[in-house]
Amino acid sequence: MNPRTFGASALRIIQQLTTDRRTLGLILAVPLVLVTLLYYVYRDVPVPPGGQDPFPRIALIMLGILPMLVMFAVTSVAMLRERTSGTLERLWTTPLHRADLVGGYALAFAGMAVLQSLLLSAVTYWFLGVTTEGSAGWVVLVAALSSTVGIAFGLLASAFARTEFQAVQFMPVFISPQIFLCGLLVDTDLMPDVLQWLSEFMPMTYAVDALMQIRDSASMGSDFTGDALMLAAMALGALLLAALTMPRSTR
Amino acid sequence: MKGPEADAGGPAAVNIRSLTVRKGKKEVLHGIDLKLRPGSITGLFGPSGCGKTTLMRSIVGVQKIHSGTITVLGAQPGAKALRSEVGYVTQAAAVYRDLTLEQNVRYFARLYGAGAERVRETIEAAGLTEQTEQKVQSMSGGQASRASLACALVADPKFLVLDEPTVGLDPVTREELWGHFRGVAERGTTILVSSHVMDEAGHCDRLVLMRHGVILQDTDPAELLEATGTSTYDQAFLSVITEGVAA
Repeated sequence: MNPRTFGASALRIIQQLTTDRRTLGLILAVPLVLVTLLYYVYRDVPVPPGGQDPFPRIALIMLGILPMLVMFAVTSVAMLRERTSGTLERLWTTPLHRADLVGGYALAFAGMAVLQSLLLSAVTYWFLGVTTEGSAGWVVLVAALSSTVGIAFGLLASAFARTEFQAVQFMPVFISPQIFLCGLLVDTDLMPDVLQWLSEFMPMTYAVDALMQIRDSASMGSDFTGDALMLAAMALGALLLAALTMPRSTR
Repeated sequence: MKGPEADAGGPAAVNIRSLTVRKGKKEVLHGIDLKLRPGSITGLFGPSGCGKTTLMRSIVGVQKIHSGTITVLGAQPGAKALRSEVGYVTQAAAVYRDLTLEQNVRYFARLYGAGAERVRETIEAAGLTEQTEQKVQSMSGGQASRASLACALVADPKFLVLDEPTVGLDPVTREELWGHFRGVAERGTTILVSSHVMDEAGHCDRLVLMRHGVILQDTDPAELLEATGTSTYDQAFLSVITEGVAA
């Protein structure tokens, strides 16, 4: 890593992001609209006596899912554009190291991700009446980590796509199984062993587990730390793999 | 203009020996030998698909080669030491079209470690001062080509590789670009430029004619016309092809 070329790349990618107002708007607004939509979907559902209103749990889990989903889609297409426009090949003839480029993408998009997480958390807590035992700051952290995982896997996925159309098709492949297995639909403990085992390889499972702990307890224990570290490790692993999928010279 | 023998004794800027390149199972370059004189413009001419781009990609180090050797400014292609010395301008203007000219040039300047002053000079030299704040996507074809060129020139490279920089441009813009290349070469940069428009051969110090992955002729413009007894470069090239490599 070289701070100069890393910083230059992050800055250039941020410039591209801020130029594209529509994408910026989509990244920030879409998760808000979706969570608000869910609020209205559940608003008039009668809660049985002694039962629990399902919305707060689902809304909280969405804070782990939506950022990952949105950032995966945006990053995979952005990186693919770099590959197909010829600029990537050109960059390999400059002093830029590939870790600097991957890092630059991660930093620029993670900045967006934090902003997105802050907005989404603010709306969920202040307007949709969701409350947690733990501090909202932890929720923002998990949402940001979750979107960083989305960024990292988006960069990696771009290596396996030839066109933007293909890149978008990777989204259901990457996201859907995670949504099914992460604990949103069925508690992971109640799933068959094979599925439980599979869910342990999926970052979203750790995001959901961390969010449920924030909901239920005021202080964060070692389980939460473990979840957060796991998310960070998976993001880092995907970033390293993504860098490896970008050889300077090709056949 | 310097004759071909002017510094035959000096070290070549680029030296290629028996280069072969395979893509998949197909061999696309079959034993290329080529030397480029420092400070000269060498034109690489030949029909589409003859291997021009592959040869150029090999020289800048983004193409894996199968056998043979390439030395660029005394080093292996793609070596760390070369990355600030070699400029590569790809076939399509590979710049960030959603960014302004200045943002583009400044990004490449930062990668090469060049300062803000150098950014302004380069934009001025490319004749794009008025387009400084303009996005590349709203530029004309010629302006976009020069923008792409500026992103390489900002490094003040010793060796510049230009892949079909004039393709799809009108004759006036092409002349302007060739004038610009000459200016760059006169400041000591060695240039390798490809084209499939034979008319442009007259702008080069040295001509390399390629077909089907081999070099048919390594000559200079006057010599080519004289040897083939033709009056246009198009005819000359066709004549070289029909007479075969022996010409």
